Amino acid sequence: MSFEPKIVGFLCNWCSYAGADLAGISRLKCAPNVHIIRMMCSGGISPLFILKALEAGADGVLICGCSPGDCHYKEGNYKTLRRITLLKKMLEQLGIEQERVQLHWVCASCGDEFVDVVNKITAEVKELGPLQAGVKSRV
Amino acid sequence: MEEIKTGVYICHCGLNIAGTVNVEEVARYAGTLPNVVVARDYRYMCSDPGQALIKDDIKNLGLNRVVVASCSPRMHEPTFRRACQDAGLNPYLFEHANIREHCSWVHDDRQIATEKAKDLVRAAVRRVFYNEPLEIKERPLNPNVLVVGGGIAGIQAALDIANGEHRVYLVEKEPAIGGHMAQLDRTFPTLDCSECILTPKMTEVGQHPFITLLAYSEVEEVAGSVGNFKVRVKKKARYVDEEKCTGCGVCEEKCPWKVDSEYEVGMGKRGVVYVPFAQAIPHVATIDKERCVYFLKGKCRACEKFCDAKAIDFEQKDEIVELEVGSIILTTGYDVFDSRRIPQYGYGRYDNVLTGLEFERMTCAAGPTGGKVLLKDGRQPESVAIIHCVGSRDENYHEYCSRVCCMYALKYAHLIKENTQAEVYQMYIDMRCFGEGFEEFYRRVCDEGVNFIRGKVAKVTDVALTEGEQGKLAVIAEDTLLGGIIRVPVDMVILCPALEARFGAEDVAKLFTINRRADGFFMERHVKLDPVATATEGVYIAGCCEGPKDIPDTVAQASAAAAKALSVISRGRVVIEPTTAQVNEVLCQACGRCEEICDFHAPKVISKDGLRVSSVDAALCKGCGACAVVCPTGAMSVRHSTREQINGMVEALLEV
Repeated sequence: MSFEPKIVGFLCNWCSYAGADLAGISRLKCAPNVHIIRMMCSGGISPLFILKALEAGADGVLICGCSPGDCHYKEGNYKTLRRITLLKKMLEQLGIEQERVQLHWVCASCGDEFVDVVNKITAEVKELGPLQAGVKSRV
Repeated sequence: MEEIKTGVYICHCGLNIAGTVNVEEVARYAGTLPNVVVARDYRYMCSDPGQALIKDDIKNLGLNRVVVASCSPRMHEPTFRRACQDAGLNPYLFEHANIREHCSWVHDDRQIATEKAKDLVRAAVRRVFYNEPLEIKERPLNPNVLVVGGGIAGIQAALDIANGEHRVYLVEKEPAIGGHMAQLDRTFPTLDCSECILTPKMTEVGQHPFITLLAYSEVEEVAGSVGNFKVRVKKKARYVDEEKCTGCGVCEEKCPWKVDSEYEVGMGKRGVVYVPFAQAIPHVATIDKERCVYFLKGKCRACEKFCDAKAIDFEQKDEIVELEVGSIILTTGYDVFDSRRIPQYGYGRYDNVLTGLEFERMTCAAGPTGGKVLLKDGRQPESVAIIHCVGSRDENYHEYCSRVCCMYALKYAHLIKENTQAEVYQMYIDMRCFGEGFEEFYRRVCDEGVNFIRGKVAKVTDVALTEGEQGKLAVIAEDTLLGGIIRVPVDMVILCPALEARFGAEDVAKLFTINRRADGFFMERHVKLDPVATATEGVYIAGCCEGPKDIPDTVAQASAAAAKALSVISRGRVVIEPTTAQVNEVLCQACGRCEEICDFHAPKVISKDGLRVSSVDAALCKGCGACAVVCPTGAMSVRHSTREQINGMVEALLEV
């Protein structure tokens, strides 16, 4: 059986979660690997949640927020952008590939884009293979 | 600690979920999870019998946690929270798993979808374990309403609310209210005179004891939330004292400088000091500072000399007005697509290629031609082509249909037939005549001898190929009914440009924290069932800022938005979301990072019993969680999105 990555998706309530809902409402089809956790704001996604997911066995983590300028909480998505950029640098030093943690902007009317994002991260993480095996061997 | 007893309910949603997910299997699986005492599947959980299942189990089995796996929480979370509350369970001890939008609807494979549904249910069961009961508080609200935009939508909404004797602040950025409707000549399909039906409403706004009209003003800043918004409005300097000005018009008459009138869409002139149109409300003059010779060169002041009322005030300054309101209605309208963007239609190059709005002014009795349909050289046209869908239904510009053009194009045909002997050609893609009396009007115009040519126009040119085209404009189109290219020589071409989202709609959306659709118009909370609410509680939208629509639809939507605001006012209180940040004072080191990161100034480091700790103002906190992320000690957390809840979900998702 081919490798099916486990990916945790943290989505902001206002834009991205609504965008993911729209993908469903429009009956678009996407890879089943991303499991969504609803957050109020992408700015409330602690890097610790992402590390927790990777530690607990996720092969990848998807973070989605409102497009720049559209944040329901003014600038939560900018905060996320800065944090994720830093986090990815740190993860790289730990030997975790950048592609495993992805930040995308998905707006409330972006059902198509959400499907693209899910398929993209799924394909890329699939290509990289399981994370846990690699990390364990390094630790 | 009390024993956690969780009930899990898997919804079939007819076949919406059960068609792809094996719901019985998911329910059986849920029954094996820790702390789950009952797991059921049911055809429609949102139905009364579905909700009764939950309520009965809470009472009979002593459930203290509930999970429903069904549609998106954006749909039915409130329903199930209410059901829990009805049965005496705190609504925050409920958790929703989305196995429809995020599972059954996006996957085809039954096995994969069933496994994913199990994962999502497992995560929700784990999360609900950590949920805590939260107290829902209410606070009084401010009954005042802010309406932004003084077109027909804003006028209607303001009147509906003010007639209920609640204070309305109507903010309009132009010197006078009326919007696009004030520029129209007659309205389809009844051919009422637009101004005749609009101006009584405008006057009512101007005189209404419950409406404070802030014309020539713009909203600069919005803070707070439903029930208690604080709004800063900039009242731009008119350089005319509104109290003294009688609107007599002498200043405009005496102003030696004339510029294109916006109201006449450039077909007429106005003074640099001007009253925008005869029925303008407020009926006062405004000095166009950008073009006033006194402001540019320091000399003139002719208007001041001739003003008997001594109303001219060159020293006037912009004024900031602070408003406190409970709800906000946005009716900021639309822009007309710039027809120059389709150069092959020749607008701006050929004299007799007009836009719809220009033709409206032309047929208006008070307009620049006194209501006569005339070519640039003063002759009456012998033939006129009306081109539909200019920028609409076109993948190069706007894919959507602008919804009003077919009907006003028919109105133009009728007016041309009424005023001239001209032959009229309608160049259309599809005729969309769907409203009350529309089809009948279409028939009437057909019977008046108008020619209908089904096909998109490729080009308008003044290059004559035949003698018949000499001195005329040739409209080149593909006639899709004949299956060939045709050239129609005409004297006048009227374009029907798209209605598009206003320039600056993006800034307005940011100011009021609402969303926009891909086409740029404001996004409603639910496209079908919540068409005037937005993502922000207490902010409503109506009219063409939400999408192109005709006057009856705009008025209906404006009244709907007013009803929404009135319903909030009539309740008299707003719920304070309990999902705000909280501080564990034992852990807090008073470092102040929460204070730094918060965009709403909710956390503040204070002295409490001699100790410095952070304290959150619940009225300001929006619950975004930014403070909890930066807190180095973990003292800060957001109720209902705690670390335990999120990490619990993450662990549960990845367990299997």
